[in-house]
Amino acid sequence: MSDGDGTSRENDGTQFDRLPATADERVVEGRPTREEVLEWWDERFGIAPETFDGHTFWERGSGKIWAFADDVASPVAIEGLGLAFLRTRREHWKPTLEAVQRFGDVADDCVIHLSREEAATFVAGDDQELDWDGDWGYLIVETDVAGESEPVGVGLYVHGELRSQVPKGRRREL
Amino acid sequence: MDVLERYESLVDDFDAFRAACDRPLPSVVRVNTVKTTVERAKAALTEADIAHEPVGWHDGLFALPDDQPGTNWPYVLGWIHGQEEVSAVPAAVLDPEPGERVWDACAAPGSKTTQLAALMDDSGLLVATDNNLGRISALRSNAERAGATNVAVTHEDARNHSLKPFRAPDSDDHEGAPYDRALVDVPCSCEGTIRKNPDALDDWELDHVEGISGVQKGVLRRAIQTTREGGTVVYSTCTFAPEENEAVLDHALAEEPCELVEFDLPLDSAPGVTEWQGDRFDESVERAKRIYPHHNDTGGFFCAKLEVTAE
Repeated sequence: MSDGDGTSRENDGTQFDRLPATADERVVEGRPTREEVLEWWDERFGIAPETFDGHTFWERGSGKIWAFADDVASPVAIEGLGLAFLRTRREHWKPTLEAVQRFGDVADDCVIHLSREEAATFVAGDDQELDWDGDWGYLIVETDVAGESEPVGVGLYVHGELRSQVPKGRRREL
Repeated sequence: MDVLERYESLVDDFDAFRAACDRPLPSVVRVNTVKTTVERAKAALTEADIAHEPVGWHDGLFALPDDQPGTNWPYVLGWIHGQEEVSAVPAAVLDPEPGERVWDACAAPGSKTTQLAALMDDSGLLVATDNNLGRISALRSNAERAGATNVAVTHEDARNHSLKPFRAPDSDDHEGAPYDRALVDVPCSCEGTIRKNPDALDDWELDHVEGISGVQKGVLRRAIQTTREGGTVVYSTCTFAPEENEAVLDHALAEEPCELVEFDLPLDSAPGVTEWQGDRFDESVERAKRIYPHHNDTGGFFCAKLEVTAE
């Protein structure tokens, strides 16, 4: 479906479309806005919107959002545009491991700090029972490396359990 | 057939060359400064009890005499990337600045792409092209592991590379602006990787060398065409064959507005050769550098720096 100027009203999974700045500019149904994405990172993890000042946001595939350090004319039909950093269009939005490693060091909310042993279990892809008195849902998992706390990936905390969300290709037995 | 014998007339100390080609290479890692600093990465390697030795000419490269790079905390965090020492040469020679437009013409699996992204402080536009979807998957994976956000990946034949996807927002232009710099690290016969892949020469054929030389010429020409006047193009291979090195440069010099320029490299090397099996090349190909395995105890490599000139 087209609105006459070549802009599709439906998401096209073969191309990258720049996110609309706000809901007023939204053309494609269900597409998140830049404003919503910035608010989500801020509200969930305390990552300030200014963190992403240099990045444009794009959707390719339904709900897969990419952060790109430059800007080009939208849409663009290529294989990759920056970093896949967020999965939207579901009840709970989910950050990628890469986004958390790249931007998560400034997070101050929904961050769970693990011992090195617990972090190794997490990186291996295994779930584990842990105490956590914050919000349930997707958390940034950190551990100390060379004397500083570093973001490692994304865990899903529910019912007293931290479920590793490390993608298969990124799991390691440390 | 002993392929390396054909280079006896080119190499200064042929016995040392042959002996070096028979020695294995240590693993080398490059620190990914998109995600961390060299100091932090060194501290993490030390904490993980992984011996690491600086290679000398490049601050962010470390040989791992006893380990492979894959299973340790700095790797999991994307702080280190396994990359052969000489393979870090062409991106260092291209030396892109933050905010520039750069093309990596034969990018997969992405070692040089991620090095370029780091040199650009993960800003500007870095277009990474490859013609093989399987290899693009590895390229994307490596770019993501590096945390690079300035990489745009295209699947196409680099000889026909299109600037159309990279038009400025809201512009009426049909094409994106030309690049400030381009890296042309072409597919080649890989003779110089013999220390890492002892079977690298098993399928060597002169027909293949001559065939791939045609592809290399096409990619280099497209890079020059898509780079602005005054911009820089670096051409590199991991092979010794002049058919794939100086002959390709000679062709580009004749067909496109460009010249070879001198460059500093803190590694021992020999100049490009101006004559090979009866063919004579433009004298300026001497400005290219041939890195033989016995020079710095590395793999073999070839690297040239070109400047795009007025038509």
